[in-house]
Order: sequence, then structure tokens, then C-alpha cells
Amino acid sequence: MAQLTLEKLNKRYGDAAQVIKAIDLQVNSGEFVVIVGPSGCGKSTLLRMIAGLEDISGGNMYIDGTRVNDDTPSERGIGMVFQSYALYPHMSVYENMAFGLQLAKLPKDEIARRVEASARILQLEPLLQRRPKDLSGGQRQRVAIGRAIAREPKLFLFDEPLSNLDAALRVQMRMEIAALHRRLKSTIIYVTHDQVEAMTLAQRIVVLNRGNVEQVGTPLELYDHPANEFVAQFIGSPKMNLMPATLVHAGQTESVVRLWSGKELVIPIATPTSAEGTKVKLGIRPEHIEWGSVAEAPNLADVLFVEHMGNETYHYLDSGKLGEPWVVRDSRRSDIAAGDTVGYSLPPEHCHLFDESGQAFARRAVANGASRLPGMDAPPITFAEPARTNVMH
Amino acid sequence: MTHNSESLLPSAAVAPPPTASAPGRKRSLQQRRARAAWVLVAPALILLFAVAGWPLLRTVFYSFTDAAMDTPEDYNFVGFANYLDFAEGESFGVLADPLWWQAVGNTLWFTACSVSLELFFGMLLALLMNEKFRGQGLVRAAILVPWAIPTIVTAKMWGWMFHDQYGVINDLLQRVGAIAAPLAWIAEPDLSMWAVVIADVWKTVPFMALMLLAALQMIPSDLYEAARVDGATAWQRFRRITLPLIMPAMIVALIFRVMDALRVFDLIYVLTSNSEATISISGYAREQMVSFQEMGVGSAASVLVFMMVAGIAACFLWINRFSHEGKEARE
Amino acid sequence: MKLTRQQRELGKKFWIYLTALVVSVICVFPFYNAVLTSLRTGQELFLTNYLPTTFHWENYVSALGENGVGRSLLNSFLVASITVGICLLVSITAAFALARVRFRGRKYILFTILCVSMFPQVAVLSGMFELVRFMGLYDSIGSLILSYTTFSLPFTVWVLTTFMRSLPVELEEAAIVDGANLWVIITKVFAPIMGPSLVTTGLLAFIGAWNEFMFALTFIISNENRTVPVAIGMLQGASQYELPWGHIMAASVVVTIPIIALVLIFQKRIVSGLTAGAVKG
Repeated sequence: MAQLTLEKLNKRYGDAAQVIKAIDLQVNSGEFVVIVGPSGCGKSTLLRMIAGLEDISGGNMYIDGTRVNDDTPSERGIGMVFQSYALYPHMSVYENMAFGLQLAKLPKDEIARRVEASARILQLEPLLQRRPKDLSGGQRQRVAIGRAIAREPKLFLFDEPLSNLDAALRVQMRMEIAALHRRLKSTIIYVTHDQVEAMTLAQRIVVLNRGNVEQVGTPLELYDHPANEFVAQFIGSPKMNLMPATLVHAGQTESVVRLWSGKELVIPIATPTSAEGTKVKLGIRPEHIEWGSVAEAPNLADVLFVEHMGNETYHYLDSGKLGEPWVVRDSRRSDIAAGDTVGYSLPPEHCHLFDESGQAFARRAVANGASRLPGMDAPPITFAEPARTNVMH
Repeated sequence: MTHNSESLLPSAAVAPPPTASAPGRKRSLQQRRARAAWVLVAPALILLFAVAGWPLLRTVFYSFTDAAMDTPEDYNFVGFANYLDFAEGESFGVLADPLWWQAVGNTLWFTACSVSLELFFGMLLALLMNEKFRGQGLVRAAILVPWAIPTIVTAKMWGWMFHDQYGVINDLLQRVGAIAAPLAWIAEPDLSMWAVVIADVWKTVPFMALMLLAALQMIPSDLYEAARVDGATAWQRFRRITLPLIMPAMIVALIFRVMDALRVFDLIYVLTSNSEATISISGYAREQMVSFQEMGVGSAASVLVFMMVAGIAACFLWINRFSHEGKEARE
Repeated sequence: MKLTRQQRELGKKFWIYLTALVVSVICVFPFYNAVLTSLRTGQELFLTNYLPTTFHWENYVSALGENGVGRSLLNSFLVASITVGICLLVSITAAFALARVRFRGRKYILFTILCVSMFPQVAVLSGMFELVRFMGLYDSIGSLILSYTTFSLPFTVWVLTTFMRSLPVELEEAAIVDGANLWVIITKVFAPIMGPSLVTTGLLAFIGAWNEFMFALTFIISNENRTVPVAIGMLQGASQYELPWGHIMAASVVVTIPIIALVLIFQKRIVSGLTAGAVKG
């Protein structure tokens, strides 16, 4: 169990742009950290730098306080699980797991003990003499994990380990990996592009974008207090709606913004750094928009289309010339149809505010459980009667 | 596969990293690998230099001497005399030898004829093999036979088939009434080159066909289905989809074959005994060197062969690059 | 009259089978003809006949014995196997470095190797002759092993490099994480996986060496050291004008059958090897 510290870590190829830009990160002993980001954000490169497969161009990396920049992967004491499993096709499962230990010149009985121990953890005992080609995808994945465990590494690295599995198996392996972490209490760094994996597995998530750390935090912190527009839109599905607005009054506890529609809204967020009159963006998650009657609701919009997922419903509202439609998520079924006009409101306590550079203004803490679940105590849907009037703009 | 776009270590797709900026006590992984790489390539490079680079240099060296094959240690420098020399109003040297120019003409003619015929028949064969039909395995095996037969055996077999009195070719042609009297395929200067070309095409079409077939099989079949839906005829599908998509592979196969045809020697040596009408530049150089024991003149001819082949290769590369750039500019 | 879809399909089928038949006949006929000839003696040789009439094995006996083709087969086999062995040994490490490690000069090395593989052999002939004499290898099969390396080595390096490149990157990384150094990666991880590719490459290089003619013709003068192509090329009759076609064809069939057998057995691999060498050019 080890602690990992990255200090201004960066990576560049030749004269090309930096792929990783001065990353600072501390991973505590026994922590499960997920690095997530869109493809091409540098997350795999970062993991491979931690592994020692990719050279560090600048900055320092410490494992348990020792600088390991120039150590080989095996000297760093890491175990790694690859996306394509990377099992040695000409070796049996046992040999696959024992290979690294043999290279480390461990005594035979110690190797046998370790391989058997990790095989037991992953229920691989009946498969030990098989070749990788005779195993199913899930079994191969387990062997790859077992190979990492047998090394008894200080640090486990997972590089998109589930992306080659089908959906059902992915859920199962996700739970197994979570259980494994609870059992081994090891330090794990896990890279994925799948935010569901990140949210379900991580104790802390690192959101990476274009070689920069956008935010580090627990899953709910990222969800409730995204540090910027990128994180706000990256975490959560469907993604957060961002609406252009102007700051009318910048207060110490509350701010007033004027929406694109001209409506003004009082939001309980302090905006001390911005001058009045500056452009801001108001963010609200799809599940937080509330329906209102066309007559009374502060905002009206045409419904472009509706997606029925069964357990929930997504409504896409025409945002006019502003580009992407607003998304409203309802956990109930609805009989709103494309072409309807609906009224809706934006509950101020659920709004986020971002300045012109995309940075968020700090929100007040959201108490867990206090944040209202969509639809739980929302007013009954009232679009029904006057909704089909098809208001012309 | 987001991974591949980000992983760059052993795939070697990027420029080498700058020398370590970190104040490391050890060399970085990349540097250690680069250093080890040289050790790993060294044996091959040294061996290659010994058996190719060095002899080539010595050949160039000998081309400026009057060495004889039996006593290569005794030589005098003669400058460019082996290439071209003037004395008493007459010119000497390889470049003044009409047989050399005959050989150059033969070689170019042979290359042009056989490679274009190979390309044509190779394409037909590849298109055939790309269809699904019963007995495909047998046909595939059959077309590998000519490729597998040693060139010398090919030469002998065709020499026998081209035999003026007892050869099968004349017999068949007479039976179908294409010719009235037997032709002297090997002896007749006008025909002997065709005999060589036919034998060569027979032997090398399979190679061409396999290359083109490999390229054809890479074309996704839904492209053809899409074109069918768009109403393209078979010819249009070939012209607008197949041809552009296999073009890169075709050019590579073409370069390989041209290079191979330019150095032709054994087929001609055995089939037509290096007759004047068919002698190739390689054959000419070797004849000077071995038959006439003129190591100096032979080396000069060898150097000319080398330069000619290298020049044509460079042209190909240049055209290839040029067309690539053109394509990129258009896209 | 417009043909129905079925009729068109049928027509297409007809043409496919017809072409396939013609192609197969053209490909196999010369060899078939050689076999026919090899089984005939005396006057029969000069009667063109497309079906086997007699079975005389004398040609084979004299080709293998008197004409020394048997001895040449052994020579060819020795030369080709030793050349291929040396080349594979040297190329596997080189191919690994060229395919897997990014280092300065890598591109130039690859380009040089490609160029050397396209060398006209005659360009190195006199220099090689000097080298062979200097090493005291003239008229021995050693001279051929040396000179065949000229074209075999670039070929094996090139093809193995393409094969190496197609192996997954992560496999090597897994080995690095397991603490393997380059030597262990090559010998314990890549070499075993490369087994089939090594066989393919070796086979192709073997055929190339087996068929070589110019060096063998130039560096060997004594009968007992000749390789197969030269032995066949040199087969002479009693007089200059009377070639012993029966013997020649018998010898040709004898030296060809092992190669054809090899090629047909390893058909799939040979095709993949041939295209691997070229497609990535």
C-alpha cells in the first residue's frame, strides 16, 4: 500500500505541444482514484508515465516519498492491467501469473504460493493450466488482474480494463473490482473514459482534459460542485444545460442574473469577482428543471422531441438560436409530445454559475439527501390543459 | 481504442524525445531502449555491410582498374577508360560497345513488356480469386505452382516447350492452325525475346496476383453494396472503387516487379544462352567479367547496371511521393 | 431480350469456372509436360503426345546418379538452410529493434535494407568474388552461404519487421511491467509467439536461396559442389546440339517437387509472408 505524489508532472514529444501539463496529484495509501476524461485528453499517457512505460519530460514523481522518475516499471513496484489484457498467448494462466515473479528470481515455492493465493481470490484455480485462447473475455480479464495481484505491487494501475467487455460483463467486473479493492485495500489508479465507471468505482475522481487536471474530488463533489463548465458537462448524463445570461447584481450571498429571455433570476451564489454587466453562464442539470403551466411558468419553449427510456423521459426543448436544445429529464413517464409548448422554471437552488472563462462560482454546500430528487415533491405536471396551444414565437 | 492514439512508446510513430531534462541519475527508459536498439541491429548491419556494402564499394573500385578475373591483385588504375575512352579517333569502353546498348534496350523492353503483361493478367487472376466459387482452393494451389518452380527449371521447361521441332507450343499452334510451319522460338532473334517474356510472365503472374488479391480482400464489401445501390455498373465499380483502393498496393507490387525484371539474368542465360537478341545488362556485365575475364570492364558494366536500377527506383519513389502529396493536397 | 437475374448469375458462374479452368491448366501444364517428357526415352521424346504413354524411370536414375543432381540437392539444401539459419538468427533481434524501438536513424536503416534487397546481384559480383577468394572460399559452398546473405538478410529483416509490428504493443508493455529486459522480451515473449512467422520467413528465404543462379554459377566450378540450379543449367548431352531432354526434365521434376510440396503445405503462410513483405513497403 503506497502513497503516490505527482509534482508538476509534464510530458511532451519532441517539439510538439505538451500532452501532459504540470500535473499535481496526491494519491493516498489505499485510495481508489479514477482518472477520467474524453479520448485524447492524455489520461492513458499519464497512467503510462506513472507505470514507467512513458518517460517523464519534467516534474517529479514519488512513491512513498522516494523519487522514482527514472525507475523501471518493476523497480517502481507497480502492477498493471491493460485494456486488451495483454496475456502471453504461449503461456498457461499459471505461467502468465508467475512470469514476473520468475524474472524477479523469487524462490519456486514463494512463486507457487503467490500465484495460488491470487488465483484463489479471483476464482481462477480451475483455469491455471489453460492457455489464454481457451478463456472467455471475463476470464482473461481476471487473469490479467490476477497477474497484477501476484506481483503484490505497491500500486495497481488499470488502463480502461473493461472497455473490451460486453455491457453485462462490464457491470459484473465493475463490482468485482470494487470488491477486490475493499478486500485488498490497495492503492488503485484506474483510467477510463466512462463516467459511470468513474462515479461507481472511485473514492476520488480526477477529471483530465487536454493534459490539464480540471478537477479532483469525490464523485458527488464533482456532481454537485463542478469547478468549471467542462467538468459540469462531462459528469452527468444527459449533460448539464448551459444558458447564456448577464450578471445584473453581484452580491456577497446572492446574485441576480438576466437570462437570454430577459427574465431575471435570483440565485444563491456569491459572485464577488465579477463586475455587474458581465456575461455569465447559468448551468442546470436536466433533472432539476421543473415543469410549470404555460400560463404561469417563467419560461416557455417548444418541445423538439421526446425520448422515452422507460424508467425516465428526456425532453429536448428548442433553445432558439442558442444552439443545442435544453434537456429536461423526468423520472416519470410523460405524455408531452414533440411540437408541444411547455412552461418550465429553473429552481435557483439548483443553478450553477460560470464566469466568462468557464470557471464556476462557488456554490453553497449541498447537504446529502437534502438535494431534492427530481419529481419527488415537484408540483404535479400542469402542462396538460393549456399546453397544446402551440404558441408562436 | 482511445488507447492507441495516446500510447506512443514502442510503436515508434513519433519523433524521438529530447534528451532527458530531468536531473536523473539513470538514463530514461526511452534512452535505454534506444541504446539497446543499436546493439540489437548491429550484427545485422555489420553483416550487411560485409556482404553488400563492401563488395559494392570494391566493385566500384575495380571499375577504375584493368584487373583480370584470374589475378585480381594485379591491377593498374585506368581512370574512366572502362566506361568510355577515346584513342586514335576510336572510342572504347562499355558505353561505346553496341552490345551494351543492345543489352540496355533488351532489358528495358523485357521489363516493360513482362511487367505490363503481368499487371494485366495478375489483375484478372486476382479478380477471379476474389470471387467465391467451388474449387477455389485447387485454383489457388495451381497458381502457386509457377511461383514455386525454380527459375532455371522454368527456363528449361519452356525451352523444351519452345523447341522448334518437338516443342509443344509449335505443335499446339499448328493444330489450331495459327501457324503453318514450326517457328524457331529460341533461335529467331525476333521471337526469342517473346519466348523469354512469356516464360517470365508465366512464372511471375502468381506473385502479382497474390499481392493484388491481398489488397482486394482489404476492401470492405459494403462499399460494393453501396455502389450497387447507387446503380454503378460492374465496370464503374471496378474503375471507381476497386482501382483507387488497391492503387497503393499495386504500385508497391509494380516497383518490386520492375526492380526484379531489371536485374533479370538466369532466365535469359539458360533459355536463350545469352544470345545477342536477348542478353540483359546483368548478363552483359557478367559475360565481360567471367567469360572474358575482364574484371575491370565487367565491374564498370556492373556499376552502370547498379546506377540504372537505382535511378529507375529513385524515379518511382519520386513519382510515388509526388502523387501522394498531390492526393493529400486535394483532400 | 433482357436476361433474368438468374440467367445473369448463371452466365457469370460459367465465365468464372471457365477462366478458373484455363488458368489452372496454363499454370500446371508446363510442369505436367516436364513430367511426361521425363518418363520417355529415345524416339518417344520427339513425338508430341499429351497423355502419358510409357513410364521409363531410367531418366530419373541417371539424373540423380550419373549427372550428380543427387549431390547437388544435398549442396542446395545445406547452403539454403545454413544461410536461412544465420539470417534468421541475426534478423530477429534487428527486426525487434526496428519494429518496436523508436530511435534515431531507424528510418534510414529500414530504407537502406529495402534498397539492398533490390540490389542487382551483378553489382556486387566482382567485389564478392574478391571477398570469396580472400576468405579462401572459392569453389566451396561457403562462398554461396556468404554471397546469399546479400539478398537473404535484407529480406528476412524486412519481413520479420513487418510481422513484429503487427504484434500488440501492450504485450511488450506487460512484459516490461513484469520486469523483463529487452533480451527477455525477445527470447521469452516474442520469439515463441513469432514461431509461425519465423517459419514463413525462413521458408521464403529458403526458396530464394534454393533458386539462386548467378553466384552459384560464378563461384563454383567443380561438379561436386554445384547447387541444383547450376547442375540443371549445365546438363549437357553427348554433343552440343543434342540436349538430353529426358534427363533434364527428370532432374527438373526432382528438384521442383520438394519445393512445390513445401509451398502447397504452407500455402496460407507463404501467401501471408509474401504480402507482409510487400504491402507495407
